[in-house]
Amino acid sequence: MSEADALTIAALVRGGAVCAVEVAEAALARIAAKDPALNSFTAVTRARALADARAVDAALARGEDPGPLAGAPFAVKNLFDVEGLVTIAGSKIDREGSPAMADATIVRRLVAAGAVLVGALNMDEYAYGFTTENTHYGAAHNPHDPARVAGGSSGGSGAAVAGGLVPLALGSDTNGSIRVPASLCGVFGLKPTYGRLSRTGARLFAASLDHVGPLARSVGDLAAAYDAMQGPDPRDPASADRAVEPASPEIEQGAKGLRIAIAGGYFAGTGEAAAAVANVAQALGVTRKIDIPEAARARAAAFVITASEGANLHFADLKARADDFDPMTRDRFLAGALIPANWVTQAQRFRRWYQEQLLALFDDTDILLMPATPCSASLIGQDMVEIDGALVPTRPYLGVYTQPLSFIGLPIVAAPLRRAGELPIGVQIVAAPWRESAALRVARALERDGVTCAEIALGS
Amino acid sequence: MRQSSNLINKFTNSQGGKLTDRPFDAATYVDAAAALIGLPLDPAHRPGVILNIERIAEMAGLVMAFALPEETEPAPVFLA
Repeated sequence: MSEADALTIAALVRGGAVCAVEVAEAALARIAAKDPALNSFTAVTRARALADARAVDAALARGEDPGPLAGAPFAVKNLFDVEGLVTIAGSKIDREGSPAMADATIVRRLVAAGAVLVGALNMDEYAYGFTTENTHYGAAHNPHDPARVAGGSSGGSGAAVAGGLVPLALGSDTNGSIRVPASLCGVFGLKPTYGRLSRTGARLFAASLDHVGPLARSVGDLAAAYDAMQGPDPRDPASADRAVEPASPEIEQGAKGLRIAIAGGYFAGTGEAAAAVANVAQALGVTRKIDIPEAARARAAAFVITASEGANLHFADLKARADDFDPMTRDRFLAGALIPANWVTQAQRFRRWYQEQLLALFDDTDILLMPATPCSASLIGQDMVEIDGALVPTRPYLGVYTQPLSFIGLPIVAAPLRRAGELPIGVQIVAAPWRESAALRVARALERDGVTCAEIALGS
Repeated sequence: MRQSSNLINKFTNSQGGKLTDRPFDAATYVDAAAALIGLPLDPAHRPGVILNIERIAEMAGLVMAFALPEETEPAPVFLA
């Protein structure tokens, strides 16, 4: 059952081959057995999981439809509100808060689709990091090599899915925090268009850049979870007023008919990152390359905006109790509070300019391919990493390819390469705004052809 | 550690600009700006904050070096 994806589990539950309570018990047993080595969970919601699973079984017994994800276990980054749990967002400070009164909107929507929540997952403090080396709760370990990072900031989400503990997890992505752990843990991740999925009940980090989305081991699961979570939410000021546009019915259409190009220049990548994109491009028969202008500047602008918005959000605590922050984030937050407004405003104006340039690229292109990370997983505690013969600081560099894209909210699937005997690494499949289904189609075509594959780490 | 490589240049400095002709004194700026906004800085945190404001300044240098048309408005929220 640890090998089955969420839709397979749901089909078995709906067909009566297995009951949801058995599935939940099995997931809880896997977490108990395997998570001590991974440290991906910060809370396990055993009682709730069994109660929700019983409700699914009861609905089936009454002849009712418990939903497309009936009985499928899932877990959420611990910045999502879960009724009855304190939302800690990877921090020590927020542990003092009261338990959440209700589930976050997208958690509630997954539960309404029949999914069964089994716990909350480790992350970088307040989502400010790419490695989930959390000083308060310990590092999340990569299931493919426990000495290595799981990526971040949704590192617990990546590790829990790659380790076979749950088939589905939720994460958030401000600068790459779904796509980086998806790449390093070798699972699929979807960062939808900015405004597509509600962030109500998710702890913000840098609001103008914050997205939420799923991580999973199959493209079908990614699409099914995404579809279940879609729909406007008036309580999220960034939520787009768009009707649900289901992607699942389209994902088997294949890549044919989509105009695909490789992002060159800044995004060309080196070593294993370049090889990953080359593999995918070859499989898709794509040779056309296009340059994305000013991507380095886009990353810089995202960097400045993130630091400023994040520091503003936590300013009261930075003033009163800076020592209670994780040393991994503290000095960045403090420095972010000191940024002149002139820089932030210019960064936001540059964002408009850059958005216009990229939207123009999509006039004759549907999909852009590029690396998700510049390398596979680094070691826990590794400050510097060698890329193309040069030493660069590990933690910020993991986001070099993701940061310039979330900056303008483009929808992206991170898809892991099948690489026998090697650590996973992912590519980004980037679509025009609101074209999540196109990115998912390409990811599904690659999955069907065996080019991308999210393998469970057997050793974990 | 000193870092210099084509890669670093590619990701940070390729077309960067200096924010000012005068050398940027990050320590003085950090102390003055923290005082202005009422942010007490623990002496133990100060070196890390100075290092980070230098990194941010380097990034901001890239952004500020880019001439934007006057009609380009801020885009805090992405709308296609």
